[in-house]
Amino acid sequence: MKPRVAFFDFTCCEGCQLQMANFGEALLDILNLVDVVTFREVMSERSEDYDIAIIEGSITTDHDVERVKKIREKAKVVIAYGSCATIGGINGMKNKFDLEEIKKYVYKDGAKHFSTIPTRAVHQVIKVDYFINNCPVYPPEVIKVLKAALQGIPYEVPDYAVCVECKLNENICMYDKGITCLGPVTKAGCNSWCINNGNICYGCRGMVSNPAKNGQMDILQKYKIPLDWVVNKVDMYNKPRELEEEKPKK
Amino acid sequence: MSRNVKVNVEYLTRVEGHGNIVVNVKDGKLDDCRLDIVESPRFFEGMLRGRSIFEAQHITSRICGICACGHTLASIQAGEDALGFKPSEQTIRLRKLLLHQEMLDSHILHIYLLVAPDLLGVKSFVPLIETHNKVVRRALRMKKAFNDVCDILVGRHVHPISAIVGGFTKLPKEKDLDAMLDILEGLRPDMEATLELLSALKFPEFERDTEYVALVNDSDEYPLLEGDIGSTDGLRMPKKDYLKITNEFVVPHSSAKHTKASRESYMVGALARLNLNYNKLHPKAKKAAESLKLKPVTTNPFLNTAAQAVECVHCLEESISILEYFKEKGVKQEEAVVVGLNEKGTIPVRAGSGVGAVEVPRGILFHNYEIDKNGKIVNANCVIPTGQNLNNIEHDMRKLVPEILDRKDEEITLAMEMLVRAYDPCISCSAHFLNVKFINR
Repeated sequence: MKPRVAFFDFTCCEGCQLQMANFGEALLDILNLVDVVTFREVMSERSEDYDIAIIEGSITTDHDVERVKKIREKAKVVIAYGSCATIGGINGMKNKFDLEEIKKYVYKDGAKHFSTIPTRAVHQVIKVDYFINNCPVYPPEVIKVLKAALQGIPYEVPDYAVCVECKLNENICMYDKGITCLGPVTKAGCNSWCINNGNICYGCRGMVSNPAKNGQMDILQKYKIPLDWVVNKVDMYNKPRELEEEKPKK
Repeated sequence: MSRNVKVNVEYLTRVEGHGNIVVNVKDGKLDDCRLDIVESPRFFEGMLRGRSIFEAQHITSRICGICACGHTLASIQAGEDALGFKPSEQTIRLRKLLLHQEMLDSHILHIYLLVAPDLLGVKSFVPLIETHNKVVRRALRMKKAFNDVCDILVGRHVHPISAIVGGFTKLPKEKDLDAMLDILEGLRPDMEATLELLSALKFPEFERDTEYVALVNDSDEYPLLEGDIGSTDGLRMPKKDYLKITNEFVVPHSSAKHTKASRESYMVGALARLNLNYNKLHPKAKKAAESLKLKPVTTNPFLNTAAQAVECVHCLEESISILEYFKEKGVKQEEAVVVGLNEKGTIPVRAGSGVGAVEVPRGILFHNYEIDKNGKIVNANCVIPTGQNLNNIEHDMRKLVPEILDRKDEEITLAMEMLVRAYDPCISCSAHFLNVKFINR
């Protein structure tokens, strides 16, 4: 029997789900291997019986917490899908603000209708088996992880810097152009997607677990870049890392 | 006829984002009828405060994965307006090309994957893989094609990489122009087949005259990237006055913010654009409109999907023209801009306020930023097309329900869902800026 796959979206832009449609006709090949039983964005059918849960978006309300815990109870395998799910992502920027204040700023008198909690990544609430990082997800990595998940073998997100891939792509270093880039502290695996296109790395894959801190400080000194600039950039995607992880129970 | 009907569609499917439809008929009379938004709030406008204006595009693109290029373009326009920066002619032309891909990509997704299943009487495109394999393959092929063009033009379609304030960080080379032309010219037969499919489908009959709002201009160009705000009731104003048209207000039955201009509600999107700017469509698109029996003013909201198909023809032909222009004149590579919080100081920074008004797939999108003398964002406001349409959708629902009360509950429910889906609502976008009422679930 084909494994039953369900897609769930939490707080996010749903762009990572859309990346699925962007596979084109290759999507039909993927659909040959699995039964997609729930995918609200494109299907009216839905089912509570699934093996693999692919979770997009970050956890930002108490309701989200309850919902994602229920999904964990039902699914044999949980895949966190995209930056919002794997590291909290852009939604985490709100953690910098007083939540009552930001609610009032955006929704004025209507603020009382909302409940919101500090943004968390999925693994900060439940156990996650596979991580597909990136904003949006990088299609070749999606295929890699799906293959691993279907075979039941682990997938390790590369834990070296984006710079490794960037050098292989022969890009001119942004620091040599006088620009601050998060490549040196960000996990590789995207084939330096943004730098290949003339932009900088924004850190959307999360920070490497052991960044070369002294090396990074040397770079900042060499190019006279204030530390808070870099921290501010890191916080665009990585703010939720500061939250202490709740002990996930299986 | 005295009858009770209770429709409660939780987690409306095949729309972007989360919405609930509530219809309540008591003794044959419509008691309550609304579309609730249950998306988790994300506070984008609040989070933008303190960030650099040069980061606004990257952040606001993430409001919506479907119209990321649209948000990108509105954000850049607002940022450049605030800085007093004038983009080059080449930049504007390339941005138009990008916006065309956004329209094509989003419209095709909506027509094939989200609406066609309703018109063919199935629950999603999945059963169509068996019954209409060619149609599904065509849809996925077209979707991928526009995605591929975006890959070449801006790095990717979902959250474009190289389009920023000031211009593009990477510009297409000769071989890139050839590759994009190849893809787009090759899509003409698929586009014809799309029109044939739509001519064969039967759209529900329903009419409700409303005010249609879209960008307008005095040139011959079908306005998408730039223009004044105009309406079929004769309103016209510069984009900086957008708040006069959106007039957000709170209604008692739902805490979702609604908008109205000259009358009780207005509509934005493909049908509104067609109603206002029909004469400026590419000749091939006009022909397509005739074949689909669309002419201004069309007042059946279900035909928004047909209007999207007409715009697809327009955008495909205009894209090919832009690429042919660049093939002839070349792309000035020296115009590529260097990114990075403007650390190089290539664009002078000043305090100011700026508005971006761009036609994105679902209608007119406004971004408005106020920045301080260091280019830090002090205030931000975004008004999303779906937010503007919510009020109009509810007025449509209130007219439609009594007209179809003799039908079965399931049929009424489906009709309501189809009506909402016809607007191609992007709730993930709008909810970040709307007041949301969480109904008991």
